[in-house]
Amino acid sequence: MNDDTIALRADGLYKVFGRHADEAVIRLHQGTPRDQLGHGTTAAVIDASFEVRRGEIFVVMGLSGSGKSTLIRMLNGLHEATAGTVEIGGERITDIAPKRLREIRRQRVSMVFQHFALLPHRTVLDNVAYGLEIQGVAKAEREAKAREVTQIVGLAGWEDKLPGQLSGGMQQRVGLARALTADTDVLLMDEAFSALDPLIRREMQEQLLDLQATLGKTIIFITHDLNEAMFLGDRIAVMRDGRIVQVGTPEEILTDPANEYVEQFVQDVDRTRVLTAESVMRKPRAVVHPTAGARGALQVMRDEQLSAVYVTQRDRTLIGWVSDRDALDAVRRGERSLERIVRPDHGAVAHDTPLAELFIPALEAQLPLGVTDARGRLVGVVPRVTLLATLGGEPEADAQASPRPDPLPAAVVDRALEAAVDSGALETKEAI
Amino acid sequence: MDFRIPFGSWVEAGLDWIEDNLDWLFDLLAAVYVALYDAVVWVVATPPAVVVIAVLAVLALAARGWRFGLGTALGLLFIVGVDQWDNAMETLALVVVAAFLAIVVAVPLGIWAARSDRVSAVIKPVMDFLQTMPAFVYLIPAIGLFGIGVAPGIFATVLFALAPGVRLTELGIRGVDREVVEAGQAFGSTPGRILRQIQLPLAMPSIMAGINQVIMLSLSMVVIAGMVGAGGLGGDVTKSLSALDTALGFEAGLSVVILAIILDRFTGAFGMKRGLHLIRRLRARGRADDAATTASSPGATAPSTARDTVAA
Ligand SMILES: Nc1ncnc2c1ncn2[C@@H]1O[C@H](COP(=O)(O)OP(=O)(O)O)[C@@H](O)[C@H]1O
Ligand SMILES: [Mg+2]
Repeated sequence: MNDDTIALRADGLYKVFGRHADEAVIRLHQGTPRDQLGHGTTAAVIDASFEVRRGEIFVVMGLSGSGKSTLIRMLNGLHEATAGTVEIGGERITDIAPKRLREIRRQRVSMVFQHFALLPHRTVLDNVAYGLEIQGVAKAEREAKAREVTQIVGLAGWEDKLPGQLSGGMQQRVGLARALTADTDVLLMDEAFSALDPLIRREMQEQLLDLQATLGKTIIFITHDLNEAMFLGDRIAVMRDGRIVQVGTPEEILTDPANEYVEQFVQDVDRTRVLTAESVMRKPRAVVHPTAGARGALQVMRDEQLSAVYVTQRDRTLIGWVSDRDALDAVRRGERSLERIVRPDHGAVAHDTPLAELFIPALEAQLPLGVTDARGRLVGVVPRVTLLATLGGEPEADAQASPRPDPLPAAVVDRALEAAVDSGALETKEAI
Repeated sequence: MDFRIPFGSWVEAGLDWIEDNLDWLFDLLAAVYVALYDAVVWVVATPPAVVVIAVLAVLALAARGWRFGLGTALGLLFIVGVDQWDNAMETLALVVVAAFLAIVVAVPLGIWAARSDRVSAVIKPVMDFLQTMPAFVYLIPAIGLFGIGVAPGIFATVLFALAPGVRLTELGIRGVDREVVEAGQAFGSTPGRILRQIQLPLAMPSIMAGINQVIMLSLSMVVIAGMVGAGGLGGDVTKSLSALDTALGFEAGLSVVILAIILDRFTGAFGMKRGLHLIRRLRARGRADDAATTASSPGATAPSTARDTVAA
């Protein structure tokens, strides 16, 4: 069970405040609703189970009062779990001796607090070195380390100030530096950026991602802010009334909400930064291969009522696109090959392009925007309508985009095809 | 039919039992009290008054600046002038010993109460009882246990002055930001270390306010203890009362007020920032005047506190 890739595991965690806690767990287990436990008994966390992988940013998101703080405080034993277990690095931390728990806190898991929780009577440097001090590291050594981390978080020159002399954002950098200096694998962050104003908050989020990329910490991050969750989270657990209602990647949460609650919750997120082309693309209605020739292409477009179609190799490598008018002219001219009428300016985007960067290409493209994978293969298309619908935009906006020609009338195409008596190998559409 | 709860007899019976069985304990306490008292009296009463006044004035200067230094010197000279110096030094010794003992008991009790709701629930009503009971009621059993003299006075004073020390220590520690304490825990600090490094330093202003009140209550009680022969200014106040000697009463009474103000300002100075006036002054040389005004302003309410408690 002690999978090396799992940094932290919570299994069936319950926290009930107030009277008759153990009894309440049994009743919750039997299905008694949370609000029928009786006066003075609060089930703050109910049956929470999840695994956090090494090096992952695992976000727990939920409205105020949904039990996030209680949950994260069980992960380092600040709250004793009423039921269930927590393992850090394969070692159980629930129901162990206080001494062992303190050792684990020193070595494996540190914490950043919502209101910074710095020691106001100590200097920045002493605060940053606090974890090492508790670990029993000699003064000179811990101060050297603390100086280094203070610099990393951008507070060089402030080492001898007291926390009260710093702005909120700087104080939280101290809080972050304190946790990083302790040099534990796991970092717990309880609404760490919620008390900061939005611009500072974004800056801190970016810095956290940078730090995480270089230091490879496992981070459990609590927030009530969906955008923050989407921005930071490799995976997100959504909490409601003490329960975890969904765990998934940001995209999964957005595109496939587990229930109405999550759906409501995700409504106001800035999807364009979270979602990528891949997550909204559709299967192309049709593509043609060069072997289809002008006639084949024209036929496909007639059948599918398209005014243009993408041309790919058999392995789906995107070559370009062809319009029905060009194909019609070619057929009339008696040309068989597509070669001369394929246009290479397909304007396709990479599969991991954020939605925010799709607007301009989508408006310029003559076809639904093509999406290619790392090897240049056409894996899907993003019709404008889909794009706008994902963003909750008005369908009329589509009309303002550069107009696309209507498909040629089927009768016109039919006549041209019949005129070209020859019925060579007509490669028709091939769905991909 | 007569409805009568023999509460008084119960208390008496209880005290009788204590006298019979714990006599050795009170003998021991009495010996400790008297020894401490004698030691402090020796320190403050052996040198000539001028020397003591000079030393106290210099300390006052260091603590709060020249105004307080000058005020201290003038006040103490007044006491000498009304021929209450020896009494005042005895009273000072009583206050020092009683307040010291009260603090030694109160602060740990307050810490204990802050860490356990159950302890707090027990201690709170006891403290209410101790503080609201009319002060001289303590003197009666104290005489029973210790006889006449300094010891019953100190014993009664410690009981009477204990409450604010306990209460403000508990309040201060409970008032420390929960997240900061959690931070200590989260980094693996032991409870004792959290107490020393986080809770006590952050609760210090509240604890110092408690200590200040303990001292002021001690002073007021020590005067009352004059009734049981504890001597000092209280002895003269009691004497003037029975002899209807207005002149003596006011001379001794005003001496008490002067001592009260000096003690209050001194402890107030320790409760304010960390470090004393002189040290701050050396640090911020150019702004010495500012420091002096800010140093004296928090004491603005102090004289009234002093008067209230002395009147109690
Ligand atoms: N120490 C406590 N005693 C009693 N109830 C608590 C305690 N801490 C939290 N709660 C309750 O548990 C619920 C979850 O609180 P919390 O974990 O702080 O939520 P969040 O961090 O998501 O805002 C709330 O209803 C809160 O009132
Ligand atoms: Mg919270």
